[in-house]
Amino acid sequence: MSMLAYDGTAMLGRQLRRVRNNPGLLILTQTMPITMLLFFGYVFGSALAMPGEEYRSFLVPGLLVATAANGIMTGMFQAAQDVHRGVTDRLRTLPISRAAVPLGQSVADVLVTAAGLVPFLLVGLAVGWRVEGSALRAAGALALLLLFRFATTWIGIFLGLLTGSEEAAGQLGGATFVLPLLSNAYIPAEGLPGWLRALAEWNPISAVTTALRDLFGNAPVPEGAAWPVAHPIAGSLIWCALLIAVFAPLAVRRYARGED
Amino acid sequence: MRGLDLAVAPGTVCGILGPNGAGKTTAVRLLTTLLRPDAGSARVAGHDLVREPEAVRRAIAVTGQHASVDGDLTGRQNLRLFARLHRVRGPAERAAELLDRFGLTEAADRAASTYSGGMRRRLDLAASLIRRPEILFLDEPTTGLDPASRNIVWEAVRDLTADGTTVLLTTQYLEEVDRLAHDIALVDKGRVAHTGSPAQLKALIGAHVEIVVTDADLLVKAAGVLDQLTGGEPSFDHDRNAIGAITRDSTLTLPRLVRELDAAGVPLLDASIRPPTLDDVFLRLTKELAT
Repeated sequence: MSMLAYDGTAMLGRQLRRVRNNPGLLILTQTMPITMLLFFGYVFGSALAMPGEEYRSFLVPGLLVATAANGIMTGMFQAAQDVHRGVTDRLRTLPISRAAVPLGQSVADVLVTAAGLVPFLLVGLAVGWRVEGSALRAAGALALLLLFRFATTWIGIFLGLLTGSEEAAGQLGGATFVLPLLSNAYIPAEGLPGWLRALAEWNPISAVTTALRDLFGNAPVPEGAAWPVAHPIAGSLIWCALLIAVFAPLAVRRYARGED
Repeated sequence: MRGLDLAVAPGTVCGILGPNGAGKTTAVRLLTTLLRPDAGSARVAGHDLVREPEAVRRAIAVTGQHASVDGDLTGRQNLRLFARLHRVRGPAERAAELLDRFGLTEAADRAASTYSGGMRRRLDLAASLIRRPEILFLDEPTTGLDPASRNIVWEAVRDLTADGTTVLLTTQYLEEVDRLAHDIALVDKGRVAHTGSPAQLKALIGAHVEIVVTDADLLVKAAGVLDQLTGGEPSFDHDRNAIGAITRDSTLTLPRLVRELDAAGVPLLDASIRPPTLDDVFLRLTKELAT
């Protein structure tokens, strides 16, 4: 265990240094959600029945979760890049903990995400979003968000190790953009036809988004929703636990075994 | 892999040669714990590959096209990272020492992705030498390198073996094997076809003798003499009035060849005895294996 902690910390340091050496990607991933907040918030906000300010308050938690879901994309891209460039193979020939490399990557990703929350939330405050509940509940919302990011990164790492190609990771990564569209992140799911609403509400993004809206006090839990959305905090925790329980061992196993 | 038997003496360089697809890379991937064997066994530095992969990893280092450093980190950051992972005390000092030794101090704080091919390979090798490995696997270490970088790699390999490290070298450059390797394993179709020192493998092939006579009428007579001297089957090149033969007789020197033919009354225009290169060995033996 101490071996995992030591090696994991070294690998975490490596990931953070990579980001520091190469901040372009970070800036891009940070400006994306802010741009979307301004576009969606003012363009859709003017067209929807909901008043603009209310929609922007509704949108901030949705965009936070949609951005967290991009952990699939970044996790996949970084893992595939390491495989493609031979870095993974070199690390695999070292006498280090087998879980340290993927764990270092996922923890680094969560830390970078946490830092990226600051500019986004400041813009959110500027366009009218507020924490309506207690500070403790708001802190809980952010913790839940980071837990969700941790879970999605593991999905990404597994898929990245599986494909081993930056190109495939780029293409598959583009597809993750669709995931929040099929959820209540950008629109209320209540207006959707029954089957589509069910599909959207069983999307983990919907449970986490609803939990954030509830914890920040931005919007009430919708009536008659599917179980994970009707019980958003429990639903989110179960979704995260499930995703981590499935994808973290898969990723570590894939890393340890290589291509055979 | 069909059953690759390979025993390498400590402190020596063993060159693994073979045509593309012969199983060289697979062998290296198996021996470095990157692939798990379906069957069979191997001991690397005295440790069982399947049951003690951790112990094997502690004894080896790998440098090659397939095991690379991180291009997003600087040279110094890479070496410090690997030093930390190897539990080296004073990772910063060790990194600085290796950067200096491989002529990378000036470029130390640039991202490794900006390095030239030669610098990159030197950094790869430096990363493998953080701790002196018992066994170093070099997978085509000088492919695409300029002569100066190649010499640095060769120097490092010689220093290492002098310190007792065993080196397993796969390469496409036969000159590299000829210069560095104490032993050669010729691999084909997933098994070891021949082993021996470069000199032994060359002796297996024999030297190539060629004479050119003044007149086509002399060819038969000359061939008779050559046959007696070499014991090989002469081959004729009628356009040039030339005869070639293979000899394994090391006492057959050029003066003796000329004297014998002169004594037999064969006037010569040209004569040569060319020792085989590893290229000849490689071409001949792989051709033999194919048939």
